[in-house]
Amino acid sequence: MSIDTTPQLFGPGSRTLRRGAFSLRIQRRSLIVTFLLLIAALTVGWWNLISGSAMLGASEALAALLGTADEGTSRVILEWRAPRVVFTLLGGAALALAGAVFQSQTRNPLGSPDIIGFSTGAYTGALVVAVLGLSGLWATPIGAILGGIVTGAAVYLLAWKRGVSGMRIILVGIGVSIFLSSLNTYLVTTLRLEAAMAVATWGAGSVNDITWSHVLPLLGIGAVALPVMLANARNMQLMEMGDDAASGLGIHLERTRLIQFFCGIVLVAVVTAAAGPIAFIALVAPQLALRLTGAAAGSSHTGQLIPSAAMGALLLTLSDSLARAPMIPVSLPVGVITLILGGAYLVWLLMSMGRTSRKGA
Amino acid sequence: MTAQTLPARADAAQLPLASAGARRLFVVASGLLLLLGLSWMSLFVGSGDISAGTVSDTLSRWAAGDLPVGARNTTELLILERRLPRTVLAIVVGAALGLAGVLMQALTRNPLADPGLLGVNAGAYAAVVLGSAAMGVTIGLAHVWLAIAGALITAVAVYVIGTSGYSGSRSAKLILTGVAIGAVLSGLSYAVTLAMPTVFDRVRFWSAGSLQGRSWDELNAVLPFMILGALIAALLPRALNALSLGDDAAIALGARPGRTRVAGLAAVTLLCGAATAAAGPLSFIGLMVPHALRMLLGPDHRWLIPLSLLAAPALVLAADILARLVVDSELPAGVVTAFLGAPVLILLTRRRAVRAL
Repeated sequence: MSIDTTPQLFGPGSRTLRRGAFSLRIQRRSLIVTFLLLIAALTVGWWNLISGSAMLGASEALAALLGTADEGTSRVILEWRAPRVVFTLLGGAALALAGAVFQSQTRNPLGSPDIIGFSTGAYTGALVVAVLGLSGLWATPIGAILGGIVTGAAVYLLAWKRGVSGMRIILVGIGVSIFLSSLNTYLVTTLRLEAAMAVATWGAGSVNDITWSHVLPLLGIGAVALPVMLANARNMQLMEMGDDAASGLGIHLERTRLIQFFCGIVLVAVVTAAAGPIAFIALVAPQLALRLTGAAAGSSHTGQLIPSAAMGALLLTLSDSLARAPMIPVSLPVGVITLILGGAYLVWLLMSMGRTSRKGA
Repeated sequence: MTAQTLPARADAAQLPLASAGARRLFVVASGLLLLLGLSWMSLFVGSGDISAGTVSDTLSRWAAGDLPVGARNTTELLILERRLPRTVLAIVVGAALGLAGVLMQALTRNPLADPGLLGVNAGAYAAVVLGSAAMGVTIGLAHVWLAIAGALITAVAVYVIGTSGYSGSRSAKLILTGVAIGAVLSGLSYAVTLAMPTVFDRVRFWSAGSLQGRSWDELNAVLPFMILGALIAALLPRALNALSLGDDAAIALGARPGRTRVAGLAAVTLLCGAATAAAGPLSFIGLMVPHALRMLLGPDHRWLIPLSLLAAPALVLAADILARLVVDSELPAGVVTAFLGAPVLILLTRRRAVRAL
């Protein structure tokens, strides 16, 4: 599965922003794409805010946001729907960022955290916290982060054999994630009934019970992780030209890799701690963003991370509004929607991989 | 063609003939003993607190024809109508999945092929769920047909997509395609069962692959299909041996790869569809058993096919017994097979031999 890694160094319509030592090259096309994606994500988010079992008008929702609505409306909007909308926007963006980083580092569109099994591992960590009976705002996120990191390290070590090849890491990841999901099933059965009920809804990736206490950790971690990832993104772009070329250009390979992997795992873990494993956003969003911005496949430099994040936000909010669409009699977990759509996209990706390689041969 | 003329594998039996014969005898004997021991255990282990004496007493009276259907008490019913069919079902489901695994690995020449990993079982399951949702199919012959149709469509789709073009590692692409298609199908089934509680009620004993609460009816419904599949497989060992040399060499040896593939596909479909109709989607049986047997016996399908009928049932029985013992409320057997099988997948991935068989 070879990937065209030619970076577009001086693409048309690009301009460079400089501030001291920091510089940022922006392409007009990815700027426009990001802008449109954000508008779309916010529109869908707004729709999710006003629609539901009680359909509200835009004016009522606005009033609730401004604090001038009556108590019932503002409770529905501010306490029930708003956390969910904000979470889907931020969580989708976080998953997509993690996916972009992983795909770039494994130089493989399939190397995203959900295929490699980090989401499942983070869920295992969260379950272990529940089994141990720990509680608190940060207990579950920290458990999930530890679970994600341990899984990440395990997959990396198990796939290590005089270096890590892209395909081996993916197969090992599939094995680890199947192993962990059977472990998760076992852990759920050892929980007391109430706790088991609480995590069972969560097993497929659900945002039905999101509250502000889930949004806050995500917001906090995202605020730290995003700048770090952006700052390292340029090194990553150079690393896509190959490890030798990159270290020749003076990049600390292992440090960059470690920082980016760590940020990615942490972002996936925080989302998973709140909503369970949501499949395939991390795989699909960076790929679709790449196609729209027309950048070189696999590149995830600064100009690529942001469109991916916007795409992730759009995909997750869109999946959420599908999951609670009125023609479906029950509110499905959003993870089921992303599983079906993302899996279908993956099948299509595999089919087109066959086609392009035939063409190339 | 004996094992010695086939391409040697590092760990395969590359021994003088007499010693290879002794080894086979040993494997057959220990396989039989293991299977008998586990079936015996499976009858004695369960949620109800029934003493071993009662179990053997009931069984001997049943075997002597001393227990007419009307005159059984609760304990005897539990043993004869629950544990006994469950044990028999574990044996036939295991045999079907093990056999399907041997066939799939030989046909795709992919060491990682498995009815569960390649999504075939998920396809059979999804067909049953969607069929139940659309037509209200009840347990019986119809749902076995649905499962077989689902298995056939999925097997063909995964094979066509997974082997189209050449990109990177062929075996990895087939597995990825299977995992992706399996994910879509199980997501669909999950959504349907959530949205339609009546369907959920009908399929919930299957969803993770389980043998809990099965009766003779389920066994009778699927057995003919499995026997047919096994008979087709019994015709194939020589053709599969030829196929393992590659299509060109196989044709030169007088085999017909196209015909072998069609027959193999029919057998795999019947076996996986029937096994899934009875026990739900169980993974990894078809992955672990052929590899273990190849390590012990070498790559000759004339031995692999019959012995998978001993080894795979033993594995399913062991998983089912573990599933009953490990937690009070009983785990689905599919969880246990995944727990045991996933490390095998990782080990196989690490071996250098992960390329076409």
